[in-house]
Amino acid sequence: MTTVAVKGFSWRHAGRSAWAVRDVELTVEPGERILLLGPSGAGKSTLLAGIAGLLPTDTGEQEGEILLDGRPPTGTHRPGILFQDPETQLVMARSGDDVAFGLECRGMPAGAIWPRVTETLRTVGFGHPLDRATAALSGGEKQRLALAGVLAPQPDLLLLDEPTANLDPAGAELVRAGIAAALADRRRGMILVEHRVAAALPLIDRVVVLSAGGGVAVDGPPEKVFAEHGASLAAQGVWVPGSVPPEHRTTRTAGAELLRAERLGYRHRDRPTPALSDVDLAVPAGQVLAVLGPNGSGKSTLALLLGGLVPPSSGRVVATPALAAGGRGDTPRRRDATVPPHRWRAATLAGRIGSVFQNPEHQFVAARVRDELALGPRRLRRPAGEIAATVDDLLDRLRLAHLAEANPYTLSGGEQRRLSVATALSAAPRLLVLDEPTFGQDLRTWRETVALLGGLADEGRGIAVVTHDTDLVGALADRTVSLAAGRLTTPAEVA
Amino acid sequence: MRLAPDLAPPDARAARLNPLGKLGAVLILSLAVLASIDPVTPTVALVGVLAVLPFGGLAYDRLLRRAWPVLFGAVLVGVANMLFAADQGGAVLLAAGPVHLTTGSVAAGGALGLRVLAIALPGVVAFATTDPTDLADCLVQQLRVPARFAIGALAAYRLMPLLADEWELLGLARRARGVDAGRNPLARGRLFVATLFALLVGAVRRGGRLATAMDARGFDAATPRTFARRHPFTGTDAAVLAGGAVLAAVALAVSVGTGTYQPLVG
Repeated sequence: MTTVAVKGFSWRHAGRSAWAVRDVELTVEPGERILLLGPSGAGKSTLLAGIAGLLPTDTGEQEGEILLDGRPPTGTHRPGILFQDPETQLVMARSGDDVAFGLECRGMPAGAIWPRVTETLRTVGFGHPLDRATAALSGGEKQRLALAGVLAPQPDLLLLDEPTANLDPAGAELVRAGIAAALADRRRGMILVEHRVAAALPLIDRVVVLSAGGGVAVDGPPEKVFAEHGASLAAQGVWVPGSVPPEHRTTRTAGAELLRAERLGYRHRDRPTPALSDVDLAVPAGQVLAVLGPNGSGKSTLALLLGGLVPPSSGRVVATPALAAGGRGDTPRRRDATVPPHRWRAATLAGRIGSVFQNPEHQFVAARVRDELALGPRRLRRPAGEIAATVDDLLDRLRLAHLAEANPYTLSGGEQRRLSVATALSAAPRLLVLDEPTFGQDLRTWRETVALLGGLADEGRGIAVVTHDTDLVGALADRTVSLAAGRLTTPAEVA
Repeated sequence: MRLAPDLAPPDARAARLNPLGKLGAVLILSLAVLASIDPVTPTVALVGVLAVLPFGGLAYDRLLRRAWPVLFGAVLVGVANMLFAADQGGAVLLAAGPVHLTTGSVAAGGALGLRVLAIALPGVVAFATTDPTDLADCLVQQLRVPARFAIGALAAYRLMPLLADEWELLGLARRARGVDAGRNPLARGRLFVATLFALLVGAVRRGGRLATAMDARGFDAATPRTFARRHPFTGTDAAVLAGGAVLAAVALAVSVGTGTYQPLVG
């Protein structure tokens, strides 16, 4: 059984002036299950990496120490740690080989490896054969396999760094079930970093909250911590139980129709079955249309089609004159009304339909926040004075003014999300198409995003958002349709 | 997961061989073909390779369907060299405007095309029937290549398909931002470089995360590794390796014996 002693631990990444973790004092007894909370930037992930022995001394500056049973963690003297992104945790091409990888590293005799692999996969509920290609697994299955790989050496302590943040609800459920099974015999301790507290509550018996300025702010049993500090934790972005805002009641009135999908279908090259078929849908101005569906239902493909980014394989996307009149500046022609969005020049498209991708970083092309915002209007050849006014207005409205000179890649998750919406708005499109705008966000960023999008719809913009976040739909959507296996399951009433 | 999965059925006999025997044989044969610039050596080597393919469970029609780009490339190289060969000696076969073919240029171009085919085809077949995991295992277990390198490269290879998806997504995201190049080749070049840079930044971050996850599972430990999978080097594998050497020797011997041998150097 493992005892963790964190003694006055501080860590500063090489080349940074601020400490990532400051003066943390913490003892974890064998078998304890801790939920580690704290505002974004308090150093939760860095502390976990330190306990896992993953902060090599040449990558930063350390004060204090972390001991596992009296020795610093290193080599095979480490707890198990599961990270957020399943793609960058799987090492091998076949599922069984991946679980065996950690056992090989620990020098386990070959004869003992395969029985252990099979046993661990059974524990986490992985139902596929050992030779199943890891590339063919869904996100949730990949993460469950990664969990098996971490558990196979039977660590006494399990560290979990937002293990379900990258997964859809079904995938997250798979992984949570696997974690519960791994902890069922109560022989193993756990430290969990997770924004969504409700889902974690059944697994934990102690809550530790890091403070933004360093040290431990709160430490105690869950009921007590949430009763006494629930409000301040919610303000810091923690999804404490009951923190989801009430559903919005007043349905906005639909304005003119902007974009229409008619029998829309799409098939990826080399795929036998279409990703999307026969979708009929209308997006009006002044309303939020939500498209719900699990991963693989064709949601993201629909967002790309509506955004005019890929050509449909069948059916069509029709921009109404109300939409195609926007984005002036780049050779507006009368026949534009009949040209489908995927054939518009990029600058014209950006002036009419703004697309916001799931990962904000995919959309960043400039070295400064200010240049990022100036790009859209510049491509539309707007006058310099107008560009400057647009940029300043967006910086103010989205509270990015203090970051105007910063590099977009250095922003926090919430700031990056605001910037990605701002970049889409900079060319003043009447329609916004967003793909999972609230993916993996803490409560604070989530609330900001909801308020931002609601405000844009109130201004009269059309908003189409594809998501599996039902809280988002409840708080924001005026109309909701559902996709399953590439088809609409709820008929959309065409306005 | 294999490098060119469609070339042979997954249970083909060639796919079950030890990768080192197979690749070793191909390496020896390729060196022999590389070392000679006459047409006879590659011809004998090619005939030999084609003759043994059915024993490895490979069918000619399937090979032609899947590996035609190799054949096409070899023909292209051959024709280009016939047209632009430095060797313009011998009788003139065709002189039509800029096209000037002589027996010398045809022989030189043909020999080059044959060499390309004789080197590329066995290599393509060997890699297409090799599972990268098996190859990495054998490199570590039999050739004592450091695991840090072989398994690390294997893990990086697993990320390659992600890179292709990422590339497509970055291109779409740029279009969504209003950035496209239209028909301007200079703008196209700039956009390509910018997108490539973004791709590399993402790849480096992802590679770093994967390396951390591997170390967390003990990849950086000093403990000697054990091997969950064993790939014995059997008598058949030794025979394959020896077969490659024999074929290389026969090809060179026939070439020298018929008086056509021309070394690459000298």
